[in-house]
Amino acid sequence: MKKEEIPQDNGALGKIAKEVTYVVDENGNYSTGQSTGWEVKTEALNVAWHDVEAKIEAAKQKVLHGEASPLLYFMEKKIMDLNILASYTGYWKWTIKKHLKPSGFQKLSADKLKKYAELFEISVEELKNPFS
Amino acid sequence: MELQHTNFKHLQAAHCENGVTTALLRHYGITKITEPLAFGMGSGLFYIQLPFMKVNGGPAISFRTMPGLIFKRTCTALGVPVTRKKFSSHEKAMQELDERILAGKPTACQVGVFYLTYFPKEYRFHFNAHNLIVVDKKGDDYYISDPIMEGLVTMTSYELERVRFAKGAFAPRGQLYYPGDHLQEPSDEQMKLGIIKGIKRNCRDMLHIPGSFGGVSGIAYTGRKIKKWKTKLGDEKARSYLAQLVRMQEEIGTGGGGFRFIYGAFLQQAHPYLKVDELFERSKQFTATGDKWRDAAIQASGIYKGRLNTQADYNDMGDRLIEISALEKQAFQQLKTLIGKVK
Repeated sequence: MKKEEIPQDNGALGKIAKEVTYVVDENGNYSTGQSTGWEVKTEALNVAWHDVEAKIEAAKQKVLHGEASPLLYFMEKKIMDLNILASYTGYWKWTIKKHLKPSGFQKLSADKLKKYAELFEISVEELKNPFS
Repeated sequence: MELQHTNFKHLQAAHCENGVTTALLRHYGITKITEPLAFGMGSGLFYIQLPFMKVNGGPAISFRTMPGLIFKRTCTALGVPVTRKKFSSHEKAMQELDERILAGKPTACQVGVFYLTYFPKEYRFHFNAHNLIVVDKKGDDYYISDPIMEGLVTMTSYELERVRFAKGAFAPRGQLYYPGDHLQEPSDEQMKLGIIKGIKRNCRDMLHIPGSFGGVSGIAYTGRKIKKWKTKLGDEKARSYLAQLVRMQEEIGTGGGGFRFIYGAFLQQAHPYLKVDELFERSKQFTATGDKWRDAAIQASGIYKGRLNTQADYNDMGDRLIEISALEKQAFQQLKTLIGKVK
């Protein structure tokens, strides 16, 4: 890539810092230049976030239809999966699987609810009634 | 920002681990080191698509070597002692960091980016192999030199502790690392040996790694897979997969073209030590493959933006990677022959 070809599109990172890019001059000698962003990768990041949004929405529908507990919704909202949630809470994965079901969620102790709520940075009330 | 305990100079780099390695080594006395030299001595260039493994629901692809290796290898090559510690106790992890910082010894930490406060929201996935240097502390604020940023940033002790103990894959577990103090400037001969070793190891990794999914053959492996994505995964998922490939290739820290440009710069910067003019020819080959990677990314973006959507478009994308695989194979074979001749 040549210095004058460095893309200067809008990028998420460009808001806080320009990115270092390695480029060549007309003789092929390397130096560095800065880029505010590249549309190609901004779009790639948008695709990733679109996937996240779709998962959150699917989780919301499941919770509203009583097929999953609110835990699923907040797990998706924090882009977590079972592994990540298990390592943050210290609970076994199969335990969390139980909590992801409405029946298992009902039986959660106040302590456990609080632990989840803190991790998701919400109140226990919000954890119990996410869409009210 | 005025620093109290150190005269540390912030250094912006393309990649976080290269940047941390370079800035720390420079601070402690090795002024000959640059980002490309650290990357090359650390044999940073790589390619792998791990089969049967998913990252964020997409293909597990990497364009660089394992986290931590660049720092370790570069330091080893220069005879620099390395200390790396993990902690189970949060208090101990913060206390030990504080002791070093207040003694004026900037120290690197591995952190997760999900709770990294100064990062834009769009980048905050659960990625735990980010690197930064803690340089100073004033009250409850830590002064951070993050190679991605243009200048120093600050974090509170709560915020720093949180990212140091992020959970999930590659959990940093409070990890901190640093080279020895008062380092001796390496001789040109030592630099030369480090560069040769770095190149040889990189040729080995790219050409001779067992299996079909790593090194130059791994690039063709992904290329062949891509051709099947449309029918196997359906349009939506295939697009997400391609977007993930492009993100691994271009997002934060590759310097463009999946690190190929940094490697091209490394081969040029190796010239004063190796004194072989052929290095410039080899450098050009990596510039060329980096450009091809960028062109492939544009093709991929046509697909994930929905402008291109036929099987022929996926075939085109796959063929681009198969071509790159052949070109990089040739480049590394020629580099291997070249480095074998260097005395």
